[in-house]
Amino acid sequence: MATIYIDNKAYEVKEGKNLLETCLTLGFNLPYFCWHPAMGSVGACRQCAVKVFKDETDTRGRITMSCMESVSNELRLSISDADAVQFRANIIEWLMTNHPHDCAVCDEGGSCHLQDMTVMTGHNYRRFEYKKRTYQNQYLGPFINHEMNRCIQCYRCVRFYKDYAGGKDLDVFAAHNHVYFGRSEDGILQNEFSGNLAEVCPTGVFTDKTLKEHYTRKWDFTSAPSVCQHCSLGCNIIAAERYGELRQITSRYNGEVNGYFICDRGRFGYEFVNSPLRIKEAKLRDENSKDLNKKNLLNKTSALITPGKTIGIGSPRTSMESNFALRKLIGAENFYQGISEQEASLHKLILEVMNSGIAYIPSLKEVEEADAILVLGEDLHNSAPMLALAVRQAIQKGPSELKTSLPAWHSLALKEFIQQEHAPLFIANPLKTQLDELAQASLNLSPAEIIQLGYAIAHHIDSASPIEHLLSESLLKEAKAIAKALSKAKKPLIITGTSSMQEGLVKAAANIAKSLKTANLCFVEHECNSLGLAMMDAPPLEEAMKHVFLNDTDTVIILENDLYRRTSSGNVDRFFEACKEIIVIDHLHNKTTQKASVLIPTGTFAESDGTLINNEGRAQSFFQALNAKNELIQESWRWLNELFSLQKGISIKDRTSPHELLEEIAIAMPQFKGIAQAVLQSDFRINGQRIPREPHRYSGRTAMNAHDNVSEPKPAQDLDTPMSFTMEGYRGEPPSSIIPFYWSPGWNSVQSVNKFQIEIGGALHGGDPGIRLINNKEGMSSYYDNNFVPIELKDQEWLAIPVQHIYGSDELSIHTPGVTERSPQPYIGLNKLDAENLNLQDGSKVTFETDGEEVTLPLRIITELPRKVAILPHGLQDFNCHLPIILRIKNLKKSR
Amino acid sequence: MLSSEEIKEIEHEVAQVPHRKAACIEALKIVQKHRGWVSDSSLNAVADYMEMSTAELDSIATFYNLIFRKPVGRHVILLCDSISCWVMGYEKVYDAFKNHLGIHFGETTPDGRFTLLPNVCLGTCDHAPALMIDEDTYRDVKEEQLEGILEKYK
Amino acid sequence: MERPLTKNIHIDRPPLNLKEYEMTGGYKSVRNALKNMSPEEVRSLIQESNLKGRGGAGFNTGMKWSFVPKGPDAPATKYLIANADEMEPGTFKDRLLLEGNPHQLIEGMIVSSYAIQATTAYIFLRWAYKEAALRIRQAIHEAYEAGYLGKNILGTELNLEMHLHTGAGRYICGEETALLNSLEGKRASPRAKPPFPQVSGLFGKPTIVNNVETLCNIPHIVNHGADWFRSLSYSEDGGTKLYGVSGRVKKPGIWELPMGITMRQLVEEYAGGMQKGYNFRGALPGGASTDFLTEQHLDIKMDFKTVSAAGSRLGTGTMIVLDDHTCPVGFVHNLQHFFAQESCGWCTPCREGLPWVERILLSIEKGEGRLEDLDLLSFHTTYLGPGSTFCALAPGAMEPLQSALKYFREDFERHIHDKKCPYNGNHIH
Ligand SMILES: Cc1cc2nc3c(=O)[nH]c(=O)nc-3n(C[C@H](O)[C@H](O)[C@H](O)COP(=O)(O)O)c2cc1C
Ligand code: SF4
Ligand code: FES
Repeated sequence: MATIYIDNKAYEVKEGKNLLETCLTLGFNLPYFCWHPAMGSVGACRQCAVKVFKDETDTRGRITMSCMESVSNELRLSISDADAVQFRANIIEWLMTNHPHDCAVCDEGGSCHLQDMTVMTGHNYRRFEYKKRTYQNQYLGPFINHEMNRCIQCYRCVRFYKDYAGGKDLDVFAAHNHVYFGRSEDGILQNEFSGNLAEVCPTGVFTDKTLKEHYTRKWDFTSAPSVCQHCSLGCNIIAAERYGELRQITSRYNGEVNGYFICDRGRFGYEFVNSPLRIKEAKLRDENSKDLNKKNLLNKTSALITPGKTIGIGSPRTSMESNFALRKLIGAENFYQGISEQEASLHKLILEVMNSGIAYIPSLKEVEEADAILVLGEDLHNSAPMLALAVRQAIQKGPSELKTSLPAWHSLALKEFIQQEHAPLFIANPLKTQLDELAQASLNLSPAEIIQLGYAIAHHIDSASPIEHLLSESLLKEAKAIAKALSKAKKPLIITGTSSMQEGLVKAAANIAKSLKTANLCFVEHECNSLGLAMMDAPPLEEAMKHVFLNDTDTVIILENDLYRRTSSGNVDRFFEACKEIIVIDHLHNKTTQKASVLIPTGTFAESDGTLINNEGRAQSFFQALNAKNELIQESWRWLNELFSLQKGISIKDRTSPHELLEEIAIAMPQFKGIAQAVLQSDFRINGQRIPREPHRYSGRTAMNAHDNVSEPKPAQDLDTPMSFTMEGYRGEPPSSIIPFYWSPGWNSVQSVNKFQIEIGGALHGGDPGIRLINNKEGMSSYYDNNFVPIELKDQEWLAIPVQHIYGSDELSIHTPGVTERSPQPYIGLNKLDAENLNLQDGSKVTFETDGEEVTLPLRIITELPRKVAILPHGLQDFNCHLPIILRIKNLKKSR
Repeated sequence: MLSSEEIKEIEHEVAQVPHRKAACIEALKIVQKHRGWVSDSSLNAVADYMEMSTAELDSIATFYNLIFRKPVGRHVILLCDSISCWVMGYEKVYDAFKNHLGIHFGETTPDGRFTLLPNVCLGTCDHAPALMIDEDTYRDVKEEQLEGILEKYK
Repeated sequence: MERPLTKNIHIDRPPLNLKEYEMTGGYKSVRNALKNMSPEEVRSLIQESNLKGRGGAGFNTGMKWSFVPKGPDAPATKYLIANADEMEPGTFKDRLLLEGNPHQLIEGMIVSSYAIQATTAYIFLRWAYKEAALRIRQAIHEAYEAGYLGKNILGTELNLEMHLHTGAGRYICGEETALLNSLEGKRASPRAKPPFPQVSGLFGKPTIVNNVETLCNIPHIVNHGADWFRSLSYSEDGGTKLYGVSGRVKKPGIWELPMGITMRQLVEEYAGGMQKGYNFRGALPGGASTDFLTEQHLDIKMDFKTVSAAGSRLGTGTMIVLDDHTCPVGFVHNLQHFFAQESCGWCTPCREGLPWVERILLSIEKGEGRLEDLDLLSFHTTYLGPGSTFCALAPGAMEPLQSALKYFREDFERHIHDKKCPYNGNHIH
C-alpha cells in the first residue's frame, strides 16, 4: 500500500497500478481515451493529464499523463489544478477539430465515450474553422459498420484487434493527421473478436451493424443481465430489447470469466431469437392451433402424461431449472440426458476428473496467468473462442524467465521488451489452429496420435503414468520437450475437450495433470449447459430409446433438443415410431419439432430466466430481457412446473421462482449444493425498490404502443426476480449478478463499468457473479490406463471426425443472417495425398457411405490433415451420421 | 511473385536482423527499386514472403513517404521544399517544372517519364535550392538549368 | 586551430580509403582502447571530456553510456546505433562527415561499441544520402577485410557486426526511439520513455543511439585525452563543433570550429555576411526546431549553455538566416507545414495541433487572418510545449513559432491589418 495525495487529500492505495487506474478506482472522474483497462497504457491521446508535484513545497508541478505514471508512496498530484483542467479541455478541442459532430445520427450517441469525455472536460465552442479532413469508409462484413470520419485516433482498435486478439486484417495506415484505421481494402473482418471493436472504439467509427438494422439508443433499451448460450464458457452478456425484439448483445463484465470482451458468435448470434423459425403457436395433434390457449394446452398435455409411462429427455442447451423441472415432473428415474452415450460418457469422465482434485480448474482469468500451455485436440478459436483469447494473453506475456521491472500496465513498452518471445505453448490437433503462430510446437496428428502423445508426456513427467503406444521417434522427442517445458512451469495448463469426441484425450490430459501435481486443467464442452446436464447424472439418449423399445411407454417429453443432432437419423426415426405421444418443447422449428404430436412453444434465453453451468463448473444465471407478446411463450421450466402442479392438483397460480427451483435442485441433488446463491431471491429489494431494467431516460413508453391502443398498457410484472421491467426503481448500483446495463452519472458509455468495480480490472463490487460448484477435493488415486485399441481402416475407409466452426457448428446462432453468411457450406476434408490417390481435386464431389446412407459432399483438400482422417464440419452435415465414424469413400480410383 | 533477384536481396537484409519481419521495410525498398513502386500485388507478395499480413505490411508501407504505393514515372524528381530552399526561392524552380513538364506536385507526366514530388530538406542547405532526380542530387539549381538537367533522363 | 573531425575531408576528393585513413592515424583509437583500456575506462574518459551529444539535445555522452546495464546479469546482446537520419530542415552537417570520412565514423562506432559492450552496430542513414551510402558500404567492407569488424577484432575478445540501414523517409525516424521502431521494421512512432533505450531499446535490448558527429569525436578523445578535447573549445562544452549557415548570406557553408564561437563570427566572418541588398533580421541557431535569435544576440557564444540562456537552443549548430526581404510569417508557415506533415500521428496535440497552426499561418499569410488568430497561435505554443506531447517533435516545432511571435509580431499584425502579405506573399504553395 502507498499513501498518495490527490488535491491535498491523503488516500491509501495499492502500489503497482498507474495513477489513472488509481484515480478511477477512487471514484474520480478523469477522462481518457487511449488507455483501456484490459490493454493498458500507451500515453498517446494525452487526455488523462494531471499535475504531479515533487513535494509539499512544489507549487508549480508538472503536467503528467496519469496513465503513464506508477503509484508511489507520498506522490502528490492534482486533478483539479487549473493547468491540468485546461490541458484536458485542449485535448478534446484538438480531437474535435475534425470530428463531424454528427451525434444526432450516430449509432454511438448516448453511449459514446467521446461525448462523455467532452462534457466532462467542458469543451463547448469550436475555434477551428477550417475544412475538416474526411475519409472514405469501408465495407467490413455483416457485423461491423465503419464510419472513419468520427475517428479520434486513440489507436484502441488496432491495439485490441491486432495486438490483443491477434487479428491480421485491421491496422493503422498512413501518418500525421491522415492516419486511417481499417482494412487494407474492403472486406469482411476475419477476426473472431471483431465485435469488441464496437465497445473498444470510444466513438462511432466501429459500430454493431446488426443493431443498425433495428436501431435503438442505449437509453431506450430494456436490458437484462444474461449469459451467452453459444458455447460452454458462459460469457456474461447484456441482452437488450425494444419493441418486443432482441436488438443487441454486448459484453457484461465478469472479472473471472470473460472480462471486458465476448466473441462474435456470442455478440452477433442473437438474431435466432427474432427468426422466422420461431415457434409461436402450440400444436396438439390435429387440433386447430387457434383454440389452444394456455389453459387448455396445459390440460390436454397433462392428460397425456401418465406417471410411470412417460419419460423425459433433457437438453444441454437449456437451463438447470428447465432440466430439473422436467425431471421433477416425470420422476428422476424417467429422466434422460438427451445426448449420445458417447458424449455423455465423455462428460461423465470429465466430471470425474474435475471432481478428483488432481488439478485446479481455472477460470478464463486464471488461464491468462498460465506460464506454459498444452492444448490437446481442440481448435479453441472455433470451439471456445474466448478461451483462445485468454490463452493468447498468457502466451504473449512472454516466458517467465524474461525478467523486467516494467509495470504490467506499460503495455507497449512491455511488447517492445518482449518482442517475439512467447511463453511455451504446444498444440496437438488434426488441423492447424490460429494459435499455432504463438506455439513452440504445433503438431497436426490423428486423434489416436494426439492421445498417445498425451500419454507419452505424462509418462515422461512421471514414469508411474502408463506408457504410450506406437508413437514415432520424432513424436516421442516432441513429447519429451513438452514434458520438460510443462515441468519447468509454475502454472502449467492443459486444455482439452469434447470437440473430437475422444475419451482418450480426457484421460491423457488427466494423467499429465496428475503427473505435474500442481497443474491447471481446463475442459471445453459443446454446449452452454453441457456440464450442468452431466452433473445431473442421468442416462443418455440411447437408454431412453432402449427404454421405449422395451417398455410400455406412452409419452416422451423432449425438452429443447433436436434429437437428430444427437445420433443418426435412423435411430431417431425408429425411436419416434415407437413413441405414442411426442411432446416437444422448443423455440425454433427443427427436424424434431416436426415429429411432435404436441408442440409447446418456449422462450429463448432472451425471454427466460435460468441458470447454466459453464465448463469450469460455475453456475451463472441469466434473466429475461423481453416479454413475449404471446402468453404461450414462457420458460420451459414454467410449463413443466405448471404441468407438475396440474398433475399434483396444486393451483398453477402458486408460482415457483427460479431461486426456489434452484434450492430444490440442491436438495434433490447434493452435487448442486450452493447453486441457489447464483440468483437473488425474488423479494430482494434495495430501499424497498426493485432494480430497473430501463435507464431513467427511457423514452416513448406512453407512445410506443399507441398504434394498438392509446392508453398506456400496464407494464409487465416480474414476479421471479428482484428486477422490474420499467425505469422505476433503485437508481444506484445493483448487486453484481443483476446489473442490467452499465451507467453512472456522466458515464453513458460502456466505460462506466469502471464505476462498478472494486478496483479497475478487478472484481465487481460484491464479487463477480457466479458460483463455482466443483470444489475438487477427492484426489485421483491412480492414473488412467492406456486402453489403446488401434483402429483398423480398410482401403476405402477413413476415420471421419467432427471439426468445429465458430460460425455454423452451433445450433442456434446459425439462424442469424450474418452468421449464416460466415458459415461454411457442408464439406468433407481430406489430406492432399489421400485426395490424389482418389484422383480428386479441391471442390470435387466425394461420395461416401455411412450407416447405410450414401452422401455426396464437395471436397476440401487440407494439406496438414493426417492421412486416413476425414473431417466433417460439426452441426452442418445434414445426413445420417454421428461422428466420429468410419466412412467408406465410394469414388473409385480411376486408372490413369 | 517475387523475382529470384529480389528474393536474394531480401534474404541478404533478413540476415542482418534478428527477426524476419524486421527486414520488411528493406524488402519493400528492394521491390520498389526493381519495379518503380509497390503495387497491391507486389505488397501481397512481399507480405507473404516476410510472413506478415497484408494489412500489417501496408500499415508500415503507407507510413513512409518514400515507399510509393501509387505508380510513379520512370524518374522521380524530389524537390526540396524545406526552409533554406524556401528562403532561396525553390518556388521558382517549382514554377519552372510546372512549365516544362506541365505537372504539379504529386503528378506524373502523361508520357510516364517524370513524377514530381515535394520532399523535406535534402541536407544540402548551403547549396539551396536543391533537388534529387532518382539517385542524383542537384544543388544551387537555377531555373535556366532545368531543361538541360531533365534532358539526361529519358 | 585544430579540426580533428574534418582535417582529412576534402570536398572535391573521394574519401580516404582504409589504407590512406590508417596512414593519417586512423583506427589507432581502436588499438588504444581495446589493448590498453577497459570498457569502463573508455566510458569515463568520454564522460570526463564533456562531450555533449551533437544530435540536438546536448546530453553528456559518457553519462548516457553509463545507463547501459553492465555485469553478468545484463543482457548479452547490446546495440550501438549511429543516428545518421539528418532530416531537420537547415541541417547538413552529418552529411559532410558521412560522405567525407566514413572510416572515422566506423572507428568511433567500434570504440563506442567496446565501451558499452555492444555486439552489433547499425548506421541508420537517411534515404537521400545516396553517395554516403555507397561510401559507407565500401568502408564497412574494408573494415571487415582489415579485421576491425567481425569476430575477435584485432585478436581481442571483441566481436562486432556492423550494418548500414537506409531509411524510407520521415523526419521522425531521427527521434531515437522512433528510429528503433523503424529499424525493427515498424511504423516509426516514438516509444515511451522510460524505459530508456539504454535499458530496453532495439529488439528489447540495451541500446545506445548517438549522433554521427558525436561518434566521430570518440577516436580523437581516446587518442588525445579529455583535457586536449576540452581545450579545443572556447566554452565549457568540450571539443569542436560543425557549424553551418544557410540563407541569404554570401557564402553559405559548413565549418568545424571551436565550440563557443560567436554567432557574429559565423555569420559575418565565415559566411561572409549578408548578400548585397539583404539585411539580417534573425536566425534559427541550430536547425528548424530552435527559437529565433536576432541581432541583439549576435555576440553570444554558440555553445549549449549560452544559446539556451539567450532563449534558444544550440540544437544541431546549423543556422538558418532570416533576411529582411523574406516574410517571417511565410517562414514559420513553411516550418509548420514541415512539422505537421512529419508528425507521426501518434499523440493528439501534435497530430491535430500542428495542422491547425499551419492552417492559421496560411490564412494570415494570405491576408485572411484575424487578430484572434494570434491568440490561437500562442495557445498552441503554450500547450504543445515539452511534456505535453509524446516526443520532442511538436515542442521543437513551437520554438521558431513562439519566438517569431515575440520578435516579429508587427509582421503578423501587418498581414492581418493590411489583409495581405507585405512581402508580396510570394512564398506560398
Ligand atoms: C523529431 C526528432 C528528430 C530527430 N532527428 C535526429 C537526427 O536526424 N539525427 C540525430 O542525430 N538526432 C536526431 N534527434 C535527436 C535524437 O532523438 C537523439 O537525441 C540523438 O540521436 C542522440 O544522439 P546524441 O546523444 O549523440 O546527441 C531527433 C529528435 C527528434 C525529437
Ligand atoms: S509529438 Fe506525438 S504525434 Fe508528434 S511526432 Fe512526437 S509522438 Fe508523434
Ligand atoms: S489515456 Fe493517458 S494518454 Fe491516453
